[in-house]
Amino acid sequence: MTAQTCPRQHQRTTMEIASLEPSLYTVKAVFILDNDGNRLLSKYYDKELYPSMKEQKNFEKNVFNKTHKADNEIAFVEGMTIVYKCSIDLFFYVVGSSQENELMLMAVLNCLFESLGQILRKNVERRCLLDNLDGVFLVVDEIIDGGVILESDPQQVIQKVNYRLDGSEQAYGFDLFDYIVGNIDGQTDRSQCA
Amino acid sequence: MSLFVEQICQLLGSGSNPFQHLEKSAVLQEARIFNETPINPRRCLHILTKIIYLLNQGEHFGTMEATEAFFAMTRLFQSNDQTLRRMCYLTIKEMANISEDVIIVTSSLTKDMTGKEDVYRGPAIRALCRITDTTMLQAIERYMKQAIVDKVPSVSSSALVSSLHMVKMSYDVVKRWVNEAQEAASSDNIMVQYHALGLLYHLRKNDRLAVSKMLNKFTKSGLKSPFAYCMLIRIASKLLEETEAGHDSPLFDFIESCLRNKHEMVVYEAASAIVHMPNCTARELAPAVSVLQLFCSSPKAALRYAAVRTLNKVAMKHPSAVTACNLDLENLITDSNRSIATLAITTLLKTGSESSVDRLMKQISSFVSEISDEFKVVVVQAISALCQKYPRKHSVMMNFLSNMLRDDGGFEYKRAIVDCIISIIEENPESKETGLAHLCEFIEDCEHTVLATKILHLLGKEGPRTPSPSKYIRFIFNRVVLESEAVRAAAVSALAKFGAQNDDLLPSVLVLMQRCMMDSDDEVRDRATFYMNVLQQKQKALNAAYIFNGLSVSVPGLEKSLHQYTLEPTEKPFDMKSVPLANTPITEQKTEFAPVATSKLPEKPGPTRQDIYQEQLAAIPEFQGLGSLFKTSEAVQLTEAETEYVVRCVKHTFARHMVFQFDCTNTLNDQLLQKVMVQMEPSEAYEVLHYVPAANLPYSQPGSCYSLVRLPEDDPTAVSCTFSCTLKYLVKDCDPNTGEPDDDGYDDEYVLEDLEVTVADHIQKVLKPNFAAAWDEVGDDFEKEETFALASVRTLDEAVGNIISFLGMQPCERSDKVPENKNSHILFLAGVFRGGHDVLVRSRLALADGVTMQVTVRSSDETVVDIILASVG
Repeated sequence: MTAQTCPRQHQRTTMEIASLEPSLYTVKAVFILDNDGNRLLSKYYDKELYPSMKEQKNFEKNVFNKTHKADNEIAFVEGMTIVYKCSIDLFFYVVGSSQENELMLMAVLNCLFESLGQILRKNVERRCLLDNLDGVFLVVDEIIDGGVILESDPQQVIQKVNYRLDGSEQAYGFDLFDYIVGNIDGQTDRSQCA
Repeated sequence: MSLFVEQICQLLGSGSNPFQHLEKSAVLQEARIFNETPINPRRCLHILTKIIYLLNQGEHFGTMEATEAFFAMTRLFQSNDQTLRRMCYLTIKEMANISEDVIIVTSSLTKDMTGKEDVYRGPAIRALCRITDTTMLQAIERYMKQAIVDKVPSVSSSALVSSLHMVKMSYDVVKRWVNEAQEAASSDNIMVQYHALGLLYHLRKNDRLAVSKMLNKFTKSGLKSPFAYCMLIRIASKLLEETEAGHDSPLFDFIESCLRNKHEMVVYEAASAIVHMPNCTARELAPAVSVLQLFCSSPKAALRYAAVRTLNKVAMKHPSAVTACNLDLENLITDSNRSIATLAITTLLKTGSESSVDRLMKQISSFVSEISDEFKVVVVQAISALCQKYPRKHSVMMNFLSNMLRDDGGFEYKRAIVDCIISIIEENPESKETGLAHLCEFIEDCEHTVLATKILHLLGKEGPRTPSPSKYIRFIFNRVVLESEAVRAAAVSALAKFGAQNDDLLPSVLVLMQRCMMDSDDEVRDRATFYMNVLQQKQKALNAAYIFNGLSVSVPGLEKSLHQYTLEPTEKPFDMKSVPLANTPITEQKTEFAPVATSKLPEKPGPTRQDIYQEQLAAIPEFQGLGSLFKTSEAVQLTEAETEYVVRCVKHTFARHMVFQFDCTNTLNDQLLQKVMVQMEPSEAYEVLHYVPAANLPYSQPGSCYSLVRLPEDDPTAVSCTFSCTLKYLVKDCDPNTGEPDDDGYDDEYVLEDLEVTVADHIQKVLKPNFAAAWDEVGDDFEKEETFALASVRTLDEAVGNIISFLGMQPCERSDKVPENKNSHILFLAGVFRGGHDVLVRSRLALADGVTMQVTVRSSDETVVDIILASVG
């Protein structure tokens, strides 16, 4: 237990010299940004890394600025190793410590990308992603749990999520109808309250 | 109606984000439909997604509204829609810390985790563990144990990973699941195997034997998961490091065998582990380096990056091992990923020959503006290392650095450049003027206060001694006009140094000083007034004491002494000499070169080693009234390394006494020592006043005993003495297993090595930034000079080293470094003798057959001069 209660600074300094403490906590953060650098989804697994929303968004801005121009797959920003991929108008990022095995991070990124590719039927672009955001949340949840790689095989992920694509033509119309009706309900509710 | 149109447009508009304009209150309002029967899964799902989206965007939910939404959500467990249920789990996890009473869903989740639907079981376990605390964990312990060994991989993995998360909070409970985890480790599923290994290691990591056994088992049986292999490699290399096992250990063989694994991930992990091992020989590195070399031509950018980054690390310690990869690295210079290109070039700079430096520098300057700050720092560090290796290249480097200094960049980057330029200036006197000129130009437009003050300080130190000091005045005075308070104050101090050193500049400096006295800031005005008055006296001694060589006392010590003084009002003025001196900081080793995480550690100086000792000694009643601690020596070993008892001695010098602190360790597990003390027999007129024994010395717990010795007062020149030391103690045998001691004991003793007190123990090192000024300040009242022949010494370096360690004084003006191919050298040493007298030594060395040394000593006290000369002779 002592190792966990030891102050962070100590951990940091020793990490720089020694190799990485053996641990399953591989992923520090994962996020998906649109082509303006806006956050669509993001998860931070290390509470000490960017504890506030402001720091997180600054970090994302910084990462986006350094990566969106060239699809270089890997970058090093603010002391963190970042692997990334872009698809049409989306950017996918997986963040690990500077000591982390880059290929492990790549495995996570590839799994995320391929799983989403299957769920979204290859339409990995912003609109389709947002229409199926619930499925995207579930995919991320199946791949990483609290920083631990839970699954790295896209087939397994798809099977576990067992998600029906939303936003196909027929479903789209239904959804639209549903949406409008839902809002009428909401409005009448409100008028009744008043 | 217009609202409808708007909504439809929003939905159909291809570029819009359906979540963009979500209002938290509206969404929470919508969440009321959770209470409607029958449940509309589709709409509920949509609303849950919106809630999670809002949380993800950082929207703040109050406890009340979150709890309300959470409770409404619990109703959705009645629906059997799979995705909806899964989204419920996610909501639970997201809201676990925001909403109150989340444990209300415990029973629903427990039902799902033990139910028939495999799709629910894993996620339900993970959600449940997220809201569970230690007491509740015991209630579900039975289910967790079952889940760990469940034959459905997702259930087992979820249980293992959740257990790992719970270890932080409930170590004692999770510890009981080791057997289940062990069973899971032999699962066929690769992820289950990996998670089980991780949990097992985490539970056992403090038990080295258990870790070793576990490694043994898994390295023999082999694993399927590449992730598990990486984990095993890390565990093995950590164990190797801890046990300091040689590289003939089976663990090393295991890591090396992983270089032939079929997964690149494992191969890379193994190579990286070998590279990071301390004391690896070139032969052991070779296989790792050759796989990294292969990776350099991989089509995957991440792999190339990983390989070249690791090679860069190898190059720091073993440049020759990487030379074989030079061709591959050359190819990477043009890599489209600039991070890779930078790492390749900086690696080549370390391994390449002097002739390739110019070419590489040209190449790197072509794209330096494109790379991130982190890598720019790497480049600067590589240059810095290069300058030390090839001092002749400093003009090329200086040019390059000054160009970099002009570019945009963050603080870390600029600081690295400034540090690098400063170190070049210090190493190469001929580069001083160009270097200072670049720095002057830099502070003209520098937004970083720390760097500006640092450079001003350097200008103050070096500027006055250049051939044309007047040209720096303009740069410095511009700062007084334009900058913030801290920078203005630093500029005033720098100006004062010019005035003190250069008589012809003094009138103009005084005029400028006068203007600074009108400053709006207190500190700036104070400094200006102070320097003005000192300078007007035109006395060398004053200049030296108050302008060039500031206070050399320890700041915490000064604070304490002043506080003490205010508590006991006396007629006597405060005596500066009673304040303990600051230990000169040991020059930092420049080791970090890799793109390490930019450390955000606060650079606040903690209490020094001596301050800590001072506290400890002051707590012992026998040592009160000794005054403040003057000097603490490095520890001396009084026993061989592997003996029954290990004793080392730290010598503490006070104004008229010495305290010897003996740190003893008992390495026999069947003995308890009591009343431990070290008896000392002095060879000279030293008088042992008091012994403070250590009451108990159990197995492997260090303890300290002390001896108090009075220095001979009638003969102040008796500074050296030899003590024969004997460790005396009462032994009680004890059971090695329980540690229970017998009641009876017997006296015993153990002879230690002799302890020497030398002249160095009476002198504290003090750095005089301007030695010449200090030399004049002390004056030649008590100057003495003698010449010695050091027959046994063969080189000037050796002579310099000997003198410094013998006298224990601080070399000034970097005179401890002997330039190459010189036959003569002057060494400047400064220190303070016990009692507070400054002592300065100038030693001229000439190399003939042996080394001839002419020593000139100055001090404010005659006895001190005699002591130094007597001890040298």
